[in-house]
Amino acid sequence: MENLIALLVGAPLLGAAVLLCGGRRLDKSGHWLGTLLAAVSFFIGLALFADMLGKGAEDRAMHQRLFTWISVDGFQADIAFQLDQLSMTFVLLITGVGTLIHVYSIGYMEHDERRRRFFGYLNLFVAAMLLLVLADNFLLLYFGWEGVGLASYLLIGFWQHKPTAATAAKKAFLVNRVGDMGLSIAIMLMFTTFGTFAFGPVFAATDEASEGKLTAIGLMLLLAACGKSAQVPLQSWLGDAMEGPTPVSALIHAATMVTAGVYLIVRSADIFNAAPDAQLVVTVVGAVTLLFGAIVGCAKDDIKKALAGSTMSQIGYMILAAGLGPIGYAFAIMHLVTHGFFKAGLFLGAGSVMHGMNDEVDMRRYGGLRKYMPVTFATFGLGYLAIIGFPGLSGFFSKDKIIEAAFAKGGTEGWILGSVTLLGAAITAYYMTRVMLMTFFGEKRWQPDAEGHAPHPHESPKSMTIPMVLLAFGSVFAGAFFGIGDRFVAWLEPVTNFEHGHPPISAGAITGATVAVMVIGVGIAYLQYGRRPVPVVAPRGSLLTRAARRDLLQDDFNHAVFVTGGTHLTRSLVYVDHTLVDGVVNGTAASVGGLSGRLRKLQNGYARTYAVSMFGGTAVLIAATLLMRAV
Amino acid sequence: MNPVNYLYLAALLFTIGAAGVLIRRNAIVVFMCVELMLNACNLAFVTFSRMHGNLDGQIIAFFTMVVAAAEVVVGLAIIVSVFRARHSASVDDASLMKL
Repeated sequence: MENLIALLVGAPLLGAAVLLCGGRRLDKSGHWLGTLLAAVSFFIGLALFADMLGKGAEDRAMHQRLFTWISVDGFQADIAFQLDQLSMTFVLLITGVGTLIHVYSIGYMEHDERRRRFFGYLNLFVAAMLLLVLADNFLLLYFGWEGVGLASYLLIGFWQHKPTAATAAKKAFLVNRVGDMGLSIAIMLMFTTFGTFAFGPVFAATDEASEGKLTAIGLMLLLAACGKSAQVPLQSWLGDAMEGPTPVSALIHAATMVTAGVYLIVRSADIFNAAPDAQLVVTVVGAVTLLFGAIVGCAKDDIKKALAGSTMSQIGYMILAAGLGPIGYAFAIMHLVTHGFFKAGLFLGAGSVMHGMNDEVDMRRYGGLRKYMPVTFATFGLGYLAIIGFPGLSGFFSKDKIIEAAFAKGGTEGWILGSVTLLGAAITAYYMTRVMLMTFFGEKRWQPDAEGHAPHPHESPKSMTIPMVLLAFGSVFAGAFFGIGDRFVAWLEPVTNFEHGHPPISAGAITGATVAVMVIGVGIAYLQYGRRPVPVVAPRGSLLTRAARRDLLQDDFNHAVFVTGGTHLTRSLVYVDHTLVDGVVNGTAASVGGLSGRLRKLQNGYARTYAVSMFGGTAVLIAATLLMRAV
Repeated sequence: MNPVNYLYLAALLFTIGAAGVLIRRNAIVVFMCVELMLNACNLAFVTFSRMHGNLDGQIIAFFTMVVAAAEVVVGLAIIVSVFRARHSASVDDASLMKL
């Protein structure tokens, strides 16, 4: 069975190669080929999963070594895969949700003449992400990591004829580069500390390394995770990434890309366990991001950007949970999987709404769509209930566990983190209810688009609704399936270890509080958007609203600090270069020139002047000789 | 008579010659001063020969005379050709040895 692992990556990679090199003759069949190969990868994953379930919990990890990639003295890198319970979870999520998104894209991209290329990129994305989660060393993981960055760049900028899309792609790529720098530094540090970067030897040797080095590695890994997972301070690319086609947003937010950071931290659990300071920073980043994303999500009128804020916030939950250590790793991954289901469903639903509304994204121009798009409404509604943590649905089980684990961190930190997660849950309920009410309820606020076509909302074709229905099933049942009886925790336990957290207040009370804040959030949103008509033109809003509409001034901050700061820095460097460096060089030249000009005057051409110097020199020599003799 | 006095005379003649080479402008006079310095050296050689009681110094004096005669031939030829070219025997006019 181990030999099948490479095929997991190989199938979508083959698809990408064929579709991108195949040329126009594949235009008619390319999307089927891409979808088929994604599905092949999924079924191989299922077969491996069944095989894995047949073994004992401790012998489930499988390895496959393909060949040696780089071999020089003291440095060896292998193309080798490791499939354990953690990787398996990701493989099924990536290929499963990925395949559904492929199917959905067949309908969504039907009228795009570059659809074949789109499917090639999708396959490349899936392949890179699979490589990332299947690698058995950090260098190969880095390869997949960069592949994900490349594929995201290509897909976000897929509609490159729009300048906004091209810019958004560049922005995503550049911000991700900052994070990638962290990962490469972390790998170099690992190599200098442990002499290797294969998972097994590195994690086995964490006891021997000094805590300072482990903290440095941990912080660099966190920087990498911040880039890919859009965590503060590298979150600014996520909102703009909505310029890509909607299936891409669903893929980035549910199955690939943003989950990579969570994977990296959970995979490096041994390093973080030995570096409590790094762990604390991880929880702080998670807590800040979860509020940041939630606040941004409340103010956006663009349905996709509201969902993007929501993703940022939910990933913040996962990062926070991953920072809690063995009491949180399993819950971070569990929330990641359930989030994969409902966020993919929500994005596909949003895409379906846009599909029926002439690509309008402003929620203030939706309203009353539930009658026109019943399937979209039902699936989006179930995703909505799942994300706000409605009791019994997926999000309830996974988010509640994270909140419990946050309280269980203990001490003041535990209370702070717990309160932040609770507050986040309330805001989540608020902004998702807002999205729901503005889109599907209330009166119609549709307006003709720029070319004068009035929208005729209609249900999307089967190829789009079926994936949405399947994802809605996942949104409803996955949480209960994983959560009841701690099934998911038992599954991941051999990889991430698990300790039961002991919150200072009873778990029942925390669950009650979670449900209560959810109800409060829904209630406030209902009072604001359900009871009153929604104005088509956004009101001016409070200072916070206006800041949140500008993504809490993240771009202004980056501009002020990095762009302006960088400009000033380069200007001062240029000044130093012109004055100091050029000054030294030109000064040396000028002084040598000046000195030679003066020395030249000694050469006046008079024979007697030369004779004087000869006589003088001789006299000095004789005097020196006599003096030496005398001494 | 104390032979050291001859050495004093040789030093005096040499100094006069050197001063003349450095100060005078007329090439002929400069040239004669060079000869004066050479002969001051000859005088010193001969004196040392006498003081040490061997003939080495006298032999070297003959060599010096031979070289001086050759130098006179070349030097005068140069001076004459410079004079023909520039209508002047002043060394300051021939300040060509500069950049």
